[in-house]
Amino acid sequence: MFNASEGIRLKATVHVFLKPGVLDVQGKAVENALHGLGWTAVGNVRIGRVIEFDLPGADHAAAEAEVKAMCERLLANPVIEGYRVEVT
Amino acid sequence: MKAAIVVFPGSNCDRDCRVAIERSTGAAVTMIWHQETALPAGLDLIVLPGGFSYGDYLRAGAMAALSPVMAEVRAAAGRGVPVAGVCNGFQILCEAGLLPGALLRNAALKYVCKPVALEVTNLQTRFTAAFGDRREATMTVGNGEGNYFANEATLDRLEGEGRVVFRYRDNPNGSARAIAGIINEGGNVLGIMPHPDRAFEGELGSADGALVFKSAMASA
Repeated sequence: MFNASEGIRLKATVHVFLKPGVLDVQGKAVENALHGLGWTAVGNVRIGRVIEFDLPGADHAAAEAEVKAMCERLLANPVIEGYRVEVT
Repeated sequence: MKAAIVVFPGSNCDRDCRVAIERSTGAAVTMIWHQETALPAGLDLIVLPGGFSYGDYLRAGAMAALSPVMAEVRAAAGRGVPVAGVCNGFQILCEAGLLPGALLRNAALKYVCKPVALEVTNLQTRFTAAFGDRREATMTVGNGEGNYFANEATLDRLEGEGRVVFRYRDNPNGSARAIAGIINEGGNVLGIMPHPDRAFEGELGSADGALVFKSAMASA
């Protein structure tokens, strides 16, 4: 676990989306609305969430592993959601 | 007979559950704030009520599943104490991993609030024994994320093991295999989307919910 110590800070960005195969009803509704506005060729609209936070450390790989653990425990629900982690 | 109702910030059916349990079973009901780290001894039933715990932040039930009291609920469930999660309580039990699957947004993207006809698919559980041989029940649903989801293997297993306890006659939210309520492997943890606490005497339109509480109490 990280503590709140000062030092080099990294920024984590987590993208959470429903897994393929889990019907994204919001995405479907927005897709229909886009079609209604004339963007009829739009397809596969998916709605997810982006979670950003800072964390201490300089080791990108270690931070990424830690953030993935956070996704498994809380940030995503692995039953229905997939996630993508970026650490910069 | 003793029951406890866990109150989370944003619970809004906690008092309904209290009245429902008191009137249908005569049990003494204790309200437990979610920050508690101990439960009263000798409980015959623990209820996680409906509502919008933590404003449904992140995902419905996700934050409540991490509340301090949930460690105690988990331990009690492990000892075989009956635990019933209604609506948001069902979502919390899934998020806590005490029940399989998850609850998605309703297929029609609408909040659904109405009485629904249910099939009692397993009459031999700790939550349905008082139904006798009655296979039909009516209770009110009130949910925006009541669309039960689990992978096919999990659904097959739930059905094969008789763990689908309630099924919608006319699926209001897109739930996989019209599932309205399931139990855990041990049979002592129930998740149910319709509200037994809104159907505990005839004046409410149905008294079928009382049978759920009576069953649980009788089983303890």
